[in-house]
Amino acid sequence: MIEGITIYELLTLTTIIFFIGVYGFLTRTNLISMLISVELILNASVVNFVIINKYLYPDMLQGVFFSIFIIAVAAAETALAISIIINLYRQISSVEVKDTEIMKH
Amino acid sequence: MIVFAVAAVSNRKMLRSVIYLLFVLVGVAGIFFLIDYNFLAAVQLTVYAGGIIVLMIFSVLLVHHIELELEVAKPLKQVITAITCLIGIGVVLSTIYTHNFNVVENDKLTTTADVGSKMLSYEAGGFILPFEVISILLLAAMVGAIIIAKGKKLVNKTKD
Repeated sequence: MIEGITIYELLTLTTIIFFIGVYGFLTRTNLISMLISVELILNASVVNFVIINKYLYPDMLQGVFFSIFIIAVAAAETALAISIIINLYRQISSVEVKDTEIMKH
Repeated sequence: MIVFAVAAVSNRKMLRSVIYLLFVLVGVAGIFFLIDYNFLAAVQLTVYAGGIIVLMIFSVLLVHHIELELEVAKPLKQVITAITCLIGIGVVLSTIYTHNFNVVENDKLTTTADVGSKMLSYEAGGFILPFEVISILLLAAMVGAIIIAKGKKLVNKTKD
């Protein structure tokens, strides 16, 4: 644990980052910006797992494993999403949400 | 970190918001270093700050003109979303601060060897099965990404 920093302060930080991600996801109209917001949300949850593991159950490592798995799934998700976005851009020349009406050509 | 997170979702130029996201990710890696999970911090730095940010910069450069200003949502929608998010923050924070956490004082150092041997152990509590499943998932995602990004050319070839 970090000297002088309580679990409440760290959980406050992750909560604020999580809701910033939610705000960005709902207000942006661009697919790549929405992807950035999703990354923020996933990162907040990863930090939560690690902090709770370290502060409450320091003898176990489950939180670390879940964080590693979340990071791996996020990497796969980003690669897929970006390939879909690039393919979509080729077909309709836009990455705005309102122009995205078809997923199948 | 909070300032950079706000900048990442509110900046109107794509490339800048990606760079602000990079700062947030590096800050998260700094938290991991501070609580002595060095392996996790290294994973965060390589996978997120290395891989994902580079992928995003690629896609932004392929898809956008850098000078292009993005359109944003209507102000009314922004205000409603901001109020909803503030209410959410309030609810979650009040729950956190009324709950009494049972904090264990410790300064235990976790080495990478501990993480590796626990992750690949076959005994109860080992994580060998999710490890294998996640490797298959990553392989499938990479193959799928290549096929989707190739798109039309592949379809035409199979038709011929």
